[in-house]
Amino acid sequence: MQPSETTVDPAEVAKFEAMAAEWWDPHGKFKPLHMLNPCRLDYITTQIAGEFDRDLNAPNPFQGLRILDIGCGGGLLCEPMARLGATVVGVDAAARNIPVAEAHARQSGLDIDYRFGTAEELAENGEVFDIVLNMEVVEHVADPLAYLTACQRLLRPGGLMVCSTINRNPKSFAMAIVGAEYVMRWLPKGTHEWSKFITPDELYALIANAGLEPVDRKGFVFNPITWGWKLSDRDLSVNYVTASIKSA
Amino acid sequence: MGCMVQDRYLRPVLQAAVDKNDHIDYFPNIKIQSHQCTAECANVTTDAGQDYTGKLLIAAEGRQSATATRAGIRRKGWDYGQSALVCAIEHENPHNATAYQYFMPQGPLAILPLTNNRSSIVWSETHERANDIMQLDDAAYLSVLRPRFGDFLGDIKLAGKRYKYPLSLSIAEEFVKPRFALIGDAAHGIHPIAGQGLNAGLKDIAALCHVLQDAHHRGENIGAIDVLERYQEWRRFDVNLLALATDGFNKLFSNSNALLRAGRALGLGIVNQMPKMRRSFIREAAGLGTKDLPYLMR
Repeated sequence: MQPSETTVDPAEVAKFEAMAAEWWDPHGKFKPLHMLNPCRLDYITTQIAGEFDRDLNAPNPFQGLRILDIGCGGGLLCEPMARLGATVVGVDAAARNIPVAEAHARQSGLDIDYRFGTAEELAENGEVFDIVLNMEVVEHVADPLAYLTACQRLLRPGGLMVCSTINRNPKSFAMAIVGAEYVMRWLPKGTHEWSKFITPDELYALIANAGLEPVDRKGFVFNPITWGWKLSDRDLSVNYVTASIKSA
Repeated sequence: MGCMVQDRYLRPVLQAAVDKNDHIDYFPNIKIQSHQCTAECANVTTDAGQDYTGKLLIAAEGRQSATATRAGIRRKGWDYGQSALVCAIEHENPHNATAYQYFMPQGPLAILPLTNNRSSIVWSETHERANDIMQLDDAAYLSVLRPRFGDFLGDIKLAGKRYKYPLSLSIAEEFVKPRFALIGDAAHGIHPIAGQGLNAGLKDIAALCHVLQDAHHRGENIGAIDVLERYQEWRRFDVNLLALATDGFNKLFSNSNALLRAGRALGLGIVNQMPKMRRSFIREAAGLGTKDLPYLMR
């Protein structure tokens, strides 16, 4: 089955296919994502626990919640969600990521439904989720509003979307493109196009236009002294994350 | 500054806590013959042929940890050329809950307050002298100790068994491997001069619990190397600093060089003069030094 490639940019998909096999090596090519992951998970788990009234100290706190991770890659977010008890679907427009993710989930003893395809396709098929994770994807799609609208359709009323991306300003150009791709070589050159970056206000407007209500936003801030990422209430100047609700 | 607690009181309390906890299955007196840590699980086989499987294997078996050796973890360190003579002493006068440390060219003598009119001594000598002193009977042992101990606590007598430990520094090159972590002396055996071995071990436990709790809340794999490396990074800096400090402290004080004596008198004088700095020294010695404390130590 071929995905309908309405908002998928084929050149972007090819770039990530080339990187797929290295997903799970914490010191490999995806090291920056592994470094950012605890921070992303802190935000996601706290938002879900708050919105759906779950206690993270309880066993299987996310039991009964159906979660979709868009652009699931090797399953860096799907596996933690499954480990917390959620029913997880991971979708990726890069076909090569699917067997990589499936193999790793088997190894981890986790049951995760990985699918080759797109958010639009799942929406057309009438799939519905409690939570949609939309992390570092929107800056790679051809039509952000059409894409976010598909995300909205995938949520049940009262559902939660967590969406992260990269801000567009001189600092984000310096950090995310010059710094991450050229100086640190964390990401292959050409991973990001600066013009596709979205400011938090633009993203809030896009989310609202797509029919969701943005309720929270925070920055992911890299600290070069501790060499780690932290959540910030104020600094959304480069990487940032938002939470939005579909009104019941 | 801190409390001196004798081993024989600490152990039963810890044992009672273990016995009371439903989440702990305790198997005393078993020997691990082999272990295996894979992507899926950690597994140990005892010499009785019994198998146990879990998500993470933690070795806390001291500086000669066989499990760490089997895991291929190398150690760095050296022998200090000294042994510590340890014993509980009863004295006539109260110690007023004060710890004393005498620095002598042969090595330091620490007098650490216990309950009532008793103190524990940690008396460092060269291996050779320590061996000779251990051979002596109790009366002769005391007669060698008396001039070092002084008479400020009145007359002294032995109040427990005499022990001797060789002093060495032994730090594991890695504290973690996939599904495997070292804590306590298995990770780092340091010089006992500042009495930091137990504190450092407790801090390991608190830091590891903190890292594992956070990882568990995030749904991360608690045996994954990137999770365990957070514990290693947190502790390694602290431990290396402590090893360096205790090592330097010992070298600085186990010395009769006049210049060094003047220097350390000046150094301690300065520390005593500056209440803030003195407080930070004391807080560090009590194991409360770092700003980023693990959940269990807040």
